Amino acid sequence: MRALSPRGAFPVIALAAAVVFPLVFTNQSVNSVAFQTLIFVVAASAWNLFSGFSGYIALGHAVFFGTAAYAAGLAAEHLQITGGAEFALLPLGAAAAAVVAVPFGLIALRVRRHTFVVITIAIFFIFQLAASDLNSITNGTSGLNAPFLLWDPITFDQRFFYFALAAAVATIALVWLIKGSRFGLQLRAIRDDEDRAASLGVRAMPVKLTAFVISGAITGLAGVLWFFFIGQVQPSTGFDPLFDLTIALMAFLGGLGTVSGPVLGALIIAPAQQYLTITFSNSYLSQILLGALFLAVVLFVPRGLIPTVADRGSDWLERRRSSRAGRDVDVEMPASAREPA
Amino acid sequence: MSALLRTEGICKAFGGVQALEDCTIDVTAGSITGLIGPNGSGKTTLFNVITGYDRPDAGEVWYAGAKITGSSPQRVFAAGIGRTFQLTRIFPRLTVLENMIVAAQHGGGGRRWVPGPHGGGLRQVDSAERDNGDGSAAPRVRNPFARAGGPADRRRAMELLEFTGIAGHAGKLAGTLSYGQRKLLELSYVLVADPAIVLLDEPAGGVNPSLINQLAARIKQLNADGKTFLIVEHNMEFVMDLCHQIAVLDSGSVVASGPPSEVRNDPRVLDAYLGTAEDDDEQAS
Repeated sequence: MRALSPRGAFPVIALAAAVVFPLVFTNQSVNSVAFQTLIFVVAASAWNLFSGFSGYIALGHAVFFGTAAYAAGLAAEHLQITGGAEFALLPLGAAAAAVVAVPFGLIALRVRRHTFVVITIAIFFIFQLAASDLNSITNGTSGLNAPFLLWDPITFDQRFFYFALAAAVATIALVWLIKGSRFGLQLRAIRDDEDRAASLGVRAMPVKLTAFVISGAITGLAGVLWFFFIGQVQPSTGFDPLFDLTIALMAFLGGLGTVSGPVLGALIIAPAQQYLTITFSNSYLSQILLGALFLAVVLFVPRGLIPTVADRGSDWLERRRSSRAGRDVDVEMPASAREPA
Repeated sequence: MSALLRTEGICKAFGGVQALEDCTIDVTAGSITGLIGPNGSGKTTLFNVITGYDRPDAGEVWYAGAKITGSSPQRVFAAGIGRTFQLTRIFPRLTVLENMIVAAQHGGGGRRWVPGPHGGGLRQVDSAERDNGDGSAAPRVRNPFARAGGPADRRRAMELLEFTGIAGHAGKLAGTLSYGQRKLLELSYVLVADPAIVLLDEPAGGVNPSLINQLAARIKQLNADGKTFLIVEHNMEFVMDLCHQIAVLDSGSVVASGPPSEVRNDPRVLDAYLGTAEDDDEQAS
């Protein structure tokens, strides 16, 4: 068997660390923060799967998050589902998000760049307004409650942690598979030059829409998990504009279009945000800092941490290698050419 | 010999500017045809009309006996007309090899457009009717997570990169290539789809002399293997050396055409380039 390279070993170590995390840190509020962080790992990765690969910056993914939570809540209410049986509603929530993503994508994906961004924001607000104003369906601003879970409060957070961890691992694996696939290559070609890609036979609209729907469905899954964990959803929490910005910032910070970037971004930003909110018992400070961080990322690491650090590192390796005499550097492709994972 | 590609009376105006006026050219199968003319004479517009990027106001485009006027760029490409751009359009954040593989995916759902029976438009054929390259028999439903580019696609891509001389850069991001290398990459990936005719828009523009020679040698070699070329180029040495036929465009119309030796001394050509018919041909060439 081939020994694992440092690159190959890292995900294994990270996963092992994640698995033992709740066993080491048994504090409930720590586990709660860890759960919400993993939800953001899922959401930021899902966002990146569409926006990072295709270059279409969507700022309306809360539509999927909220729609799925509301769909699960309404289904639980009308079908009188209680307790742990609620987890059977996870696929339903994801499906509801996917169903919403189709017309959303068909409308928004006809336009590009800034116009696309604006349309996603507009559609987001339509959904938020609908959630608060369609009283007869959504119960207005008071929102919906999730079925009550009769779980031992000591293991409650832990169990949710493992649910979210499974979702995160599955999402990251999916993003990794897609990145190397024919479908992923077509998405990245669309990002670089959509018209040229189309002229080479890439069917741009179906490709973009498929990515958008997959991305939306996964975001919906995260929304349902979060809803079950919190126990309730209101228009302002299910359809939260801050959610749109946060997942985008996580992907930008870590590295747009990379597999590990959004994960790193979520691991940095989500705990910081939670910590600030808990410490100062309001979210204003974390919001201000979030805005400042957005500016700093765009100004100083526009490509994100992972690509920037990977380039620095490989440049350094390159110099070391080429300084060694008598070796043909050209045989191997320069590391700087490789896109970071 | 028959015309593989023919435009008939193409007219195209942008606002008040008549870019093409009754423009008729013939590209004989198996030839290298040059398209020259001063800046703004409509050469690139003609390319855009042929390849579906611009819709003509009047006139027709014929390819291998089929009328392809107004077909989408994708269909025109899939039908066998490859094209490069004056300002190269490669995918800068994909590697050179990935660029090649994108071009190898044409048809999306495994479909392809071919010239229909005489006088018809482009006809869609199923993948079953053509060689898919990756040996898949029923690609109606493909595995969406299949790695991009099967071994056959990769081998073919590498062969073409070897051929154009940039195989050593296969793993680099295309955006890091030099200007000339980008032109070679664009030519390579257009060749992936094995087009019957290749339209090159200023292939030698801004490229260093040794790469120009390399490019000319490759074009000659491909032509010897049966590929037809239509080339827009300002480098007269390049055009005169390479082309069998030359059409001269001025103000959107063809003012002269014929073999290089004739066109070189045609007073109308000198007139188009220099504005007078009296100057000697040294200046024109």
